[in-house]
Amino acid sequence: MSWIDIAAVADIPLRGARVVKTKLGCVAVFRTDEAEVYAVSDTCPHKGGPLSDGLVHDRKVTCPLHNWVFSLETGEAQGADEGRIETFAARVENGRVLLDGTALGRRTAA
Amino acid sequence: MKKLVVIGAGMASGRALEHLFETDPEAYEVTLFNAEARGNYNRIMLSPVLSGEKSYAEIVTHDEAWYRANKVTCRFGEHVVKIDRDRKVVVGEAGEVLYDKLIIATGSAPFIIPVEGRELPGVITYRDLDDTEAMIAAAGQPGANAVVIGGGLLGLEAAAGLRLRGMNVTVLHLMGHLMERQLDESAGYLLLKDLERRGIKVMTGASTKAILGKDKVDAVVLEDGTVLDADLVVMAVGIRPETRLATDAHLEVGRGVVVDAQMQTSDPDIHAVGECVEFDGALFGLVAPLYDQAKVLAKSLLGEVDAYAPKELSTKLKVTGCDLFSAGDFAEGPEREDIVLRDPSRGIYKRLVIEGDRLVGAVLYGDTADGSWYFGLIRDGTDIDDMRETLIFGPGFQGGASADPLSAVAALPPEAEICGCNGVCKGKITEAITGGAKDLTAVRATTKASASCGTCTGLVEQVLQVTLGGDFQMPGAQPICACCDLTHEDLRRLIKLKALKSQPAVWQELGWKTPNGCHVCRPALNFYLLADWPLEYQDDPMSRFVNERNHANIQKDGTFSVVPRMWGGLTNPNELRAIADAAEKYKVPTVKVTGGQRIDLLGVRKEDLPAIWTDLNSAGLVSGHAYSKGLRTVKTCVGTDHCRFGTQDSTGLGVKLEQILWGSWTPHKVKLGVSGCPRNCAESTCKDVGIICVDSGYQVSVAGAAGMELKETERLADVASEAEAIDLTVAFVQLYRENAKYLDRPYKWVAKVGLDWVKARVVDDLDERAALIERFEVSQSIYRKDPWAVPAREAGERSRYAPLADLTLEAAE
Ligand code: SRM
Ligand SMILES: Cc1cc2nc3c(=O)[nH]c(=O)nc-3n(C[C@H](O)[C@H](O)[C@H](O)COP(=O)(O)OP(=O)(O)OC[C@H]3O[C@@H](n4cnc5c(N)ncnc54)[C@H](O)[C@@H]3O)c2cc1C
Ligand code: SF4
Ligand code: FES
Repeated sequence: MSWIDIAAVADIPLRGARVVKTKLGCVAVFRTDEAEVYAVSDTCPHKGGPLSDGLVHDRKVTCPLHNWVFSLETGEAQGADEGRIETFAARVENGRVLLDGTALGRRTAA
Repeated sequence: MKKLVVIGAGMASGRALEHLFETDPEAYEVTLFNAEARGNYNRIMLSPVLSGEKSYAEIVTHDEAWYRANKVTCRFGEHVVKIDRDRKVVVGEAGEVLYDKLIIATGSAPFIIPVEGRELPGVITYRDLDDTEAMIAAAGQPGANAVVIGGGLLGLEAAAGLRLRGMNVTVLHLMGHLMERQLDESAGYLLLKDLERRGIKVMTGASTKAILGKDKVDAVVLEDGTVLDADLVVMAVGIRPETRLATDAHLEVGRGVVVDAQMQTSDPDIHAVGECVEFDGALFGLVAPLYDQAKVLAKSLLGEVDAYAPKELSTKLKVTGCDLFSAGDFAEGPEREDIVLRDPSRGIYKRLVIEGDRLVGAVLYGDTADGSWYFGLIRDGTDIDDMRETLIFGPGFQGGASADPLSAVAALPPEAEICGCNGVCKGKITEAITGGAKDLTAVRATTKASASCGTCTGLVEQVLQVTLGGDFQMPGAQPICACCDLTHEDLRRLIKLKALKSQPAVWQELGWKTPNGCHVCRPALNFYLLADWPLEYQDDPMSRFVNERNHANIQKDGTFSVVPRMWGGLTNPNELRAIADAAEKYKVPTVKVTGGQRIDLLGVRKEDLPAIWTDLNSAGLVSGHAYSKGLRTVKTCVGTDHCRFGTQDSTGLGVKLEQILWGSWTPHKVKLGVSGCPRNCAESTCKDVGIICVDSGYQVSVAGAAGMELKETERLADVASEAEAIDLTVAFVQLYRENAKYLDRPYKWVAKVGLDWVKARVVDDLDERAALIERFEVSQSIYRKDPWAVPAREAGERSRYAPLADLTLEAAE
């Protein structure tokens, strides 16, 4: 793992998300609590809805297009729906959001 | 004897010396420096000293006799200015001392926010006895105002102490809720309520801009322009390790003085302990870990082997009557599960965070009796799988009861109004029940409660259940979602009855079962709160559906559509040019005339939204709210201006209505039509409010629809003047805003409450009509604003639409 500093946690609204563009496509970074973040694929497996535009509750997000709900921890769709989004390691340290650069296909850490 | 010099007579070094002398009193000859003009005392008890609950003498931990008995050379009131490692001397203000071993135990320095006026007399931090005494002196002045900057542990203890001494205290906290590092929002809300009950004013989201005053502090100014009078300003925004001596001596220093598990610094003869150190990347701010360090340090100095290992921490607030406890970890980590228990009537909130089979965090408010038990489970990593179901009830309980969903109703006072239509209070209903009314029908017959619109039926049933207990069988009402047991109607009524003005207040007081709701209840709750408390409630964009959050309609490919307002369907060459320019500039794939008499730009990229809005704004175009549960369009026909049949100025009236109503949020979307004659070219008879102009005036009708259901409007009233037509419309919309269930269009709501009920308030009762209009105007003073203009101007809000980072732009290797 190589942690890379992405931004200040305050740059993401509480119970909101922002997108990080990567070589693997868009990754959505969710802020579920003052100092709690999760990074997952931004693309809904149902019909490609942008999950970063979804409504965040607890450690879950509801897709803005057709209301599928995903756990941000496991990536699994909740309830009757079946599907999974990819999850990536993310953490907050000293008010900064850190993502795992190796997993996101970045070879050098800036 | 070897010489040991200690810099700093604080909590950590005091404990280390105790261990040292207990094990081997003859090992070292000790010199103890302290910048404060006194020896060791229990710093954490400064709060009771401030509040007057204890005296300084009671918190001294080591007195003169102790220093004498252990032959400690005390140099109190003397700063150490330098460590000379080559000569192995410590340089104090009054001279040098040689050392064989040295302990740096300088603690922390309070952090001072770099605002103008921070050096004025009357601005103090909260760290030592001198600060405490300065605060006590300031509180001696009758009626004096204190502003405490920082709503963490220290700031709140200062605030509570100053308040007990009779000051008017305001706490400014930058974050959204108090003690955000230890508490979640619900516990933060309960704490806020308890502090307010003590007469302490709390302002969250408050950022200090400057401190004003000439010879002494006079006031504090916030970023939003608010000015607060202040005779005393306490800065309690955080601490940083006091590392200056170590840095100057070229020891390894990160954020603190770096030590290993033996509390040794990068120099084998120099140790450090307490808040000034950094161990394994971590800093320390509570005494528990410092005591562990002190033990290890004493052993290291005596050549014994031990290693410091950090443990989980727990926090309590030392404010009498605010019972809170927090321990462990709430952030990060996969596979977490929350267990929440709320007892609104007793102001209790408990939240446990479980990972796998282990408890990893606990927040308790109101009842902290089980805190140490939970803390033990966290610290020991106990397997809690067997107790998972009953864990939240504490060690004494293994039976499996659950929180009582009826407690909110049970807690209502007898004078609380349950039935708004007939003005029936709870006391009257309980009276009827004890008098023999054993079911809903009987209560209705005797009190009239829930006999009109029926939206309070659920509440009446709950009063029945609370009063009759097991004798009453509750019919299954549909709760909003799995987060709570309330129907929309009950929720609306309880928000008003209990004057709940924030989401955490509702979650806590009405017993939400999840930490912060879900996509079903949050948008509804956000609407109810902003509709009921327009001036007090802060709209929460994160509780809105994507379209309302981004002020545009999301498309199936994740792009957005942009629809500017065209008042009453009117436009002009300038606006059309701006729309054409924007369509070209942002490569809009589709431009379409909508069914609502305006133009839709479909397929705009999210990143481009703020920019296209700025362009449209500069031509005078504002958001058309084509995405909102709010006022959409007012369709008009050409009316008297051009049409040979027109009877009144339908276009003009439509424009006026749109200008009054735009920006307002409603339970579902609201559309209007104004037609100039009964030929009805604006399709007014299938709108939420439709007006048809006739020779004698205006026919105002409501509750039509032409979507999934097709429904003709019903006549509200015929009026002679345009002004009265406007008044009726506004009053109707406000009545709908105040009473309807979220996502009920007006036609659905009117079908529930009955058109007669609506007429009685909007048409017949002139006072009520005026009051409705007034409340609408109050709300519009906040919400009649173009949402496109704000993000377009404010950089912070604007950046929300852009990616947080772009990792594809990596430089080539
Ligand atoms: C753009 C437009 C179609 C058009 O090209 O003309 C349109 C587009 C949409 N309508 Fe509509 N409606 C449009 C006029 C209408 C009309 C006609 C009218 O207003 O005179 C109706 C029937 C009248 C009525 O509302 O009763 C209409 C009844 C609906 C309904 C059904 C509402 C109902 O209560 O039954 C929905 C679904 C909903 O709101 O839940 C809907 C929902 C939608 C949504 C927002 C679907 C969605 O959630 O994404 C569509 C957004 C497309 C987009 O991305 O922009 N649209 N929609 C019209 C925009 C009008 C405007 O200028 O704001
Ligand atoms: C009001 C208040 C309430 C608190 N409540 C709690 C609580 O409830 N629970 C809890 O766990 N913790 C609490 N704390 C925190 C706790 O007091 C500290 O963690 C602890 O005191 C740190 O111990 P220390 O020995 O590292 O530093 P300190 O106790 O700060 O001692 C350091 C000493 O070094 C001296 N010094 C610094 N530089 C020099 C120098 N160059 N020369 C000579 N002397 C120097 C200072 O004057 C000071 O006396 C509270 C703190 C305060 C201020
Ligand atoms: S009629 Fe259906 S498909 Fe057409 S715009 Fe309205 S909601 Fe979309
Ligand atoms: S695209 Fe996400 S739920 Fe359909």
